[in-house]
Amino acid sequence: MAVDAAQALGLWGVPLAVFGGAIRASTPFIFVSLGECLTEKSGRINLGLEGTLVMGAMGGYGVSYLTGNPWLGVLAAGLAGCLLGLLHGVVCSLPRVNDIAVGIGLMLLGTGVAFFLGKPFVQPRAPILPALHLGAWSSIAQVRAALEVNVLFVIGALLAVLLHWGFVNTRVGLVVRMVGDSADAARAMGYSVGRVRILSTAAGGFLAGVGGSFLSLYYPGSWNEGLSSGQGLMAVALVIFARWSPLRCFFAALLFGGMGALGPALQSVGVTSGYYLFNAAPYVLTLVIMAASCSPRRTLAGAPGELSVTR
Amino acid sequence: MSKQDVNGDCRASATKPSAVPNTARREIVRALAVAGVGSALGLPFMPTARAEGKLVVGVIYVGPKDDYGYNQAQAQAAAALKKLPGVTVVEEEKVPETMDVQKAMGSMIEQDGASLIFPTSYGYFDPHMLKMAEKYPKVRFAHCGGLWSADKHPKNTGSYFGYIDECQFLNGIAAGHATKSRKIGFIAAKAIPQVLRNINAFTLGAQSVHPDITCQVIFTGDWAMPVKEAEATNSLVDQGVDVVTMHVDSPKVVVETAARRGIYGCGYHANQSALAPKAYLTGAEWNWTTPYTAHVTAAMSGAPMNNFMRGGLKEGYVKTSAYGPAVPDVARKMADGVKGKMMKDDFVIFKGPLKDNTGKVVIPSGTSRVQTDVVLEQMNYLVAGVVGKV
Amino acid sequence: MQRTAEAVLIPVGALCAALLLFGVFMLLVGKDPLQVYALIYKGGFGSSFAWQSTLARAAPMTLTALCAAIPAQAGLVIIGAEGALLLGGLAAAAVGSSVAGAPLLVQVCMALAAMVVGGAWVMLAGALRHLRGVNETISSLLLNYIAIALFNHLVEGPLRDPASLNKPSTLPIGEVNMLGNFPGLDVHLGLAFGVVFCLLCWVLVRHTSVGFALRIVGGNVRAARLAGLPVGLLLLGACGLGGAAAGLAGMVEVAAVHGAANASLVAGYGYAGVLVSFIARHNPLAVLPVALLLGGIAASGGQLQRHLDLPDASVLVLQGIAFMTILAAESLRGKLRWFTPAEA
Repeated sequence: MAVDAAQALGLWGVPLAVFGGAIRASTPFIFVSLGECLTEKSGRINLGLEGTLVMGAMGGYGVSYLTGNPWLGVLAAGLAGCLLGLLHGVVCSLPRVNDIAVGIGLMLLGTGVAFFLGKPFVQPRAPILPALHLGAWSSIAQVRAALEVNVLFVIGALLAVLLHWGFVNTRVGLVVRMVGDSADAARAMGYSVGRVRILSTAAGGFLAGVGGSFLSLYYPGSWNEGLSSGQGLMAVALVIFARWSPLRCFFAALLFGGMGALGPALQSVGVTSGYYLFNAAPYVLTLVIMAASCSPRRTLAGAPGELSVTR
Repeated sequence: MSKQDVNGDCRASATKPSAVPNTARREIVRALAVAGVGSALGLPFMPTARAEGKLVVGVIYVGPKDDYGYNQAQAQAAAALKKLPGVTVVEEEKVPETMDVQKAMGSMIEQDGASLIFPTSYGYFDPHMLKMAEKYPKVRFAHCGGLWSADKHPKNTGSYFGYIDECQFLNGIAAGHATKSRKIGFIAAKAIPQVLRNINAFTLGAQSVHPDITCQVIFTGDWAMPVKEAEATNSLVDQGVDVVTMHVDSPKVVVETAARRGIYGCGYHANQSALAPKAYLTGAEWNWTTPYTAHVTAAMSGAPMNNFMRGGLKEGYVKTSAYGPAVPDVARKMADGVKGKMMKDDFVIFKGPLKDNTGKVVIPSGTSRVQTDVVLEQMNYLVAGVVGKV
Repeated sequence: MQRTAEAVLIPVGALCAALLLFGVFMLLVGKDPLQVYALIYKGGFGSSFAWQSTLARAAPMTLTALCAAIPAQAGLVIIGAEGALLLGGLAAAAVGSSVAGAPLLVQVCMALAAMVVGGAWVMLAGALRHLRGVNETISSLLLNYIAIALFNHLVEGPLRDPASLNKPSTLPIGEVNMLGNFPGLDVHLGLAFGVVFCLLCWVLVRHTSVGFALRIVGGNVRAARLAGLPVGLLLLGACGLGGAAAGLAGMVEVAAVHGAANASLVAGYGYAGVLVSFIARHNPLAVLPVALLLGGIAASGGQLQRHLDLPDASVLVLQGIAFMTILAAESLRGKLRWFTPAEA
């Protein structure tokens, strides 16, 4: 057994759990918020990524079970997310259609289809993604466990850097940002605003789908209907919290994932009263940070000018 | 509402076609088509008359009926009912404990002709089921939980429940033999008497092997929170816990996470051994087929309803999962011995002297609280050796 | 005339399209679409029982939808109805179980307490937006989670009725203080609260100067400031009114259904309300038919489960398809040539 010789960590378990939780639980937040960041940079908001996340979780698990290859599952999850994103992008390109409302519709549709088609996959066990053992150097079992990192987490981290760099330095990145900041300017330059937004939403959907596959294929690592407790919705909110910076999205996701581990960790060392309030810590903290860091004077720096929620 | 009623409605409205405008006529045509199709296909809409030897049973679940846990255990019993001759089962899953469940019961009765309803979630009892029982005095309502009492509740309602703490005690024996760190863990949803009784029984079972074993409790705050349950399992493992069990609606995540972290797990509600064949020790399972079948038999024969049904291992209301490969012979022998005594009503889990984890005596020396003792159903303490607070 | 025709025909057409698409989906999973339609009709709209079931399910959504619809007039996207409903319900239960007096008096006190608490909770999001520039969508979402935690903490802690063993609840408000049903119907009076509140809000928004001012703020904050409108007051007022509606929904749940506050109140009515509001394009009057539609689909879900062995999620799929088509059909507005007077 892994823990036979290890001593209990005592109070050190709390920061370790928060650290480990940040790594374990943050990946879906990272992918969904990066996807949403990309979509919002193009001037559209897709509130339906919760549905995409659940769809990705189901699709990924189902394909992994049917093919025996979890990586095919991740790919399938991405493609399913991509399709939902495409749907959102196309419907929103029609005149007079509100993107937030379509997002809410998509949330229902994605969740519904995922639950509907996911029934046969609740019972069977699918092969899940392997972990990288980054903690092999440590003699402490708990540290080794906390540093069991999934490849998707690493990809997510790299992706955040890549997106950050891409928005500033690449032509594609500039076009997306221009479309998001001023549709008129983009049109004047000869770009199709609709097409850029559809592609951005589809790409964002792909990422959110991959984020969902992490839930079912790694942590907690199974498919059932209660799998997502609103992570997709929260991740969309984190983009605003991170003020549309992919790097800040990554750190916000880490913070959020880590704070989620605080409640259980405190109980495991004997701090047992008021667990509901501890469990709300991530939300309170996010709210406090926002209230402290925002200002009514200036508009949010980095906010895409075309975004309906930031007017 | 029966097939004939559908046709009847439509015929009534179709008798004055000239007066209605075009769109309305189209509506009627559609309704007629719908009704026609309904009868043509011979929809299994419900018995037109309540024939002898026929019974429609409605079963309502609060979560998905394949959750590897609480609802699945009920659905397994419902599946067994379907095999009985003359019994039709109609099921509805994920029905919240709101007006929705009242309407679901009403619809099963009015539209499907159900005359026996199993509302399986604890929260369905008051006010929802009681209200419906008053409205439909001829329908029987059998609720899962221990709430029915003769002086307060109508005769067409009743409750069935199982003493699953017996199985949790046996879980504890298996855990007590498996643990090396002498620290075991329990992941619980809410601090309510049913859950506390399970935590205490599990701990006492383990302590019957080694009296110095402690049990760390984590409350997640709700019945189904997969990520939080996984985090709780990880936290417990980090604190040196090497066997866990749980009382949440879907134990799947906890069992799987425990197996991945290389510790043992005991199951709950249903059999989870397939999820972690090596790490699964044993499990506490419901066997609802027993009370379900009894209620159905009584309803079909017209016998009075048995309003208060209770049972443990002996009565076949609960059962244990087969031992996993990690349970040594000595543990099997001890657990089987206790199980044998429980089957003969010869074993008391909660007996004095018993102290809670604040040092207070909760059961004085010489007092034995047998399973049927209602005092146990108001349990509001954690026994000595449990780390946690109510 | 043309506009009215369009306003009715487009959503109805979209609904038919949605049913058609859902039928195709059913065909793909091996079910008979005609049978599915028959069951939907039967479960949601086919009889007086079905209608009562639909109405009862629609009742809470009429109120929670206003929590999104009213602030939306001022350009705010608020999704905090869930939190306001819970805390409003909790306040109502606390007041109802402690105030003594005639049932009507107790009920009025409960409603007031619920509206004040619900209103204040959503106003928090409005104030954060106005004073600190915090985005109200995210803050109201966060406030939902915080409200749930607070609610559970209080219900299972300080406000718990010691007699509520396995279903932790507040003290009961008492049978005499419960809201009854409409005479002869199995639909509680809470529906009337919703209908009246929607009508009042519609008058406020469309036919008063306050409503006009709200819409100016919603259209362009800078212009509103230049015109000398009290922007902050209007924003807070809109949030307060919306939150009061959601709080009242909580009071109705407690006083008409549960009799006490407990975790059963966390049923997602707040989120359903957001949905209704967006489909109704934040029009308080349109909230009513949309809530009815949603209630009807929910009511028919049981039939689909029971007779075709379809999962509960069928309802979500149908709702999702319906809302996507209704929203997409909005783009047809003003384009239906055959309704123009010239061709009529």
